[in-house]
Amino acid sequence: MHSEKRIGTGKTLWLAGLTLMMLCAVVSAPAQDRIKIELNMGQERPRIAVPDFKAANADAQTGPLNTVFNQVLWSDLENAGIFDLVAKSFYPSQTPGQPAELNAKAWGDPPPNAGVLTFGNVGVNSGKIDVQGWLYDVKNPGSPQILGKQYKEDATPDNARLIAHRFADEIIARLGSGIPGIAESQIYFVSNRSGNKEIWSMDYDGANQKQLTKLGSIALSPRISPDGSRLAFSGLTKDSWQIMMYSLDLGRTVAFPRNGGDNFSPAWSSDGTKIAFASSMHSGLSEIFIAEASGAGTRRLSTGKGDVSPVFNPKTNGQIAWVSGRTGLPQIYVMDADGSNVQKMTDQGYAVSPAWSPNGLLLAFAWVRNYGPGILGGSDIYLMDIASRQIIQLTHDGGRNDFPSWSPDGRHIVFQSNRSGTEQVWSVLADGTHLQQLTRQGRNSQPNWSFK
Amino acid sequence: MNNSKSIRIFVLGVLVLFMVASGCKKKEPAPPPPPPPKAPTATLSANPASIQRGQSSTLTWSTENATDVALDGNKVDPSGSQTVSPTQTTTYHLTAKGAGGTQDATAQVSVTAPPTPTPTPAPTPPPVTDEQLFAQMVKDIYFDFDKADLRAESQQALAQAAQIIKQKGWKVQIEGNCDERGSTEYNLALGERRADAAKQALIQNGVGADALKTISYGKEKPQCSESNEDCWQKNRRDHFTLLH
Repeated sequence: MHSEKRIGTGKTLWLAGLTLMMLCAVVSAPAQDRIKIELNMGQERPRIAVPDFKAANADAQTGPLNTVFNQVLWSDLENAGIFDLVAKSFYPSQTPGQPAELNAKAWGDPPPNAGVLTFGNVGVNSGKIDVQGWLYDVKNPGSPQILGKQYKEDATPDNARLIAHRFADEIIARLGSGIPGIAESQIYFVSNRSGNKEIWSMDYDGANQKQLTKLGSIALSPRISPDGSRLAFSGLTKDSWQIMMYSLDLGRTVAFPRNGGDNFSPAWSSDGTKIAFASSMHSGLSEIFIAEASGAGTRRLSTGKGDVSPVFNPKTNGQIAWVSGRTGLPQIYVMDADGSNVQKMTDQGYAVSPAWSPNGLLLAFAWVRNYGPGILGGSDIYLMDIASRQIIQLTHDGGRNDFPSWSPDGRHIVFQSNRSGTEQVWSVLADGTHLQQLTRQGRNSQPNWSFK
Repeated sequence: MNNSKSIRIFVLGVLVLFMVASGCKKKEPAPPPPPPPKAPTATLSANPASIQRGQSSTLTWSTENATDVALDGNKVDPSGSQTVSPTQTTTYHLTAKGAGGTQDATAQVSVTAPPTPTPTPAPTPPPVTDEQLFAQMVKDIYFDFDKADLRAESQQALAQAAQIIKQKGWKVQIEGNCDERGSTEYNLALGERRADAAKQALIQNGVGADALKTISYGKEKPQCSESNEDCWQKNRRDHFTLLH
């Protein structure tokens, strides 16, 4: 299903931990290390064993749903990027379905040499799927249980998947420096598979791809609200581009004020109270505007020629990064959210599509770093440490890579790439490993990861 | 081959040989007969043998020992010539009859269709609708890569377009477009600049700002979908639409 490829430098170089982070900040660590620390991807990777959950009964639905659950749980923990998963070939022949069956020593000793073990059982009773799951510290026989959970839903494959995501997120929250997992997060994107460009959604791992908008013209730039209830996007009307709003609660587009000129590339502040966007309403050229989340109270922030793609610093909402062509080819700029204190962040090549990391420290963006006359081929995803302006390259595989968007845990980036021949949505760990293609049907672009 | 047929031919041959042989032996030599009348001869030719429809060819004939000569049934001199203009390929037939018999000769004149005359181009009818006039007078203008500056020829074209737009009191939508290489959102901004560049030029040439509306399609509505410079150039354009 997914291909894996290492794009970045070795994970052994990755430094971690709060102590080290503060230490490195003080001694001005090299850019690579500094950026890696800011990604919250530590070197202390718990070694976790994930044996298949056992079938709790012989119901006809138990087997298939158990299989879905086991696949999704394994894949979620692998995707998390913070564990070493013990290979199944090292597992003892007896796997526990519940605590009474556990021989902790067999898991904690070599060959598995696991630090933690998750196990449990899946059964279907009267049309309900019932999952019991545990997480044990197998090297702490005195008090081994870290987590014990039970889930019950209607017995469908989607619910087996959902329960696996929830349980994986519990494990990740316990073992991943307190940062919640992303297995229940959503990715919104543009797809032309219905015949024209509409906004679609999917699970973080590419499952459950669904069409949301039915605009019938062109829908671009989906941006989900922080609470996940509304989706802003730009839609082409009969005479202009307008910011539009789709309600995920109502399952339809809801009213949003129209402005003069063309309006596109919306962005939410992380508190959900403001929307920034590009508009030509004032001068005929696109400039950055900010408004209340209702669309009222529109105020102009930038006065450049060809300003577009604003994004808030989600940590403070006090700054906005955006793209401007005011000096020629597009470059990344940062300003305060009142329009003051403009800083140019890149000064060469063709730099577009900034995405601010959840912790506020990094910008991901798409860059044709060495742009030559008549050549605009390889656009790659880069990460910039804002404070030091140090840059590392995340993708190296050529083609056009664009529109990076951060996962809620700041450890993953989803982006669009034509590396497979057509524009598709891919995800990658923010250290450059674990590259996965998420879409395959039609052309898919402009992914946007939910806030949680 | 058919066996019975070959046998029949063989028997017939033997019979003929036998009759000839017996005749030779038994007949008395006869007095020499008067010399038979000479057989007529006839030749007929057409020059040229091939014509285009509407042209003519000359038929020339000669005969000997003939008393009665006819060309396609019409009596003619024993020798002579005649001009013909057939409209399709025709075979002429000369018959020469004399005491010694009859002789035929034929000649064909092939007729080819004349080349179809090149129709003289009808003068372009003056545009009858505003849409036709608009399409003729207000044409797409093109841009360099990642640029929104008007080329010299675009400035001239817009100066001319401005005159007719003013004269007709038209309202015009200017649509900025980009090639596929730039980024989706930035191309919307670039298309906006391209549309605005044309708008400013038209305003400078006296068109009222309220007669002009701009929109950017970025790279969302390409004219041409191949990945080469020819195609990209076609897509880096302002297109103009007459509003109603």
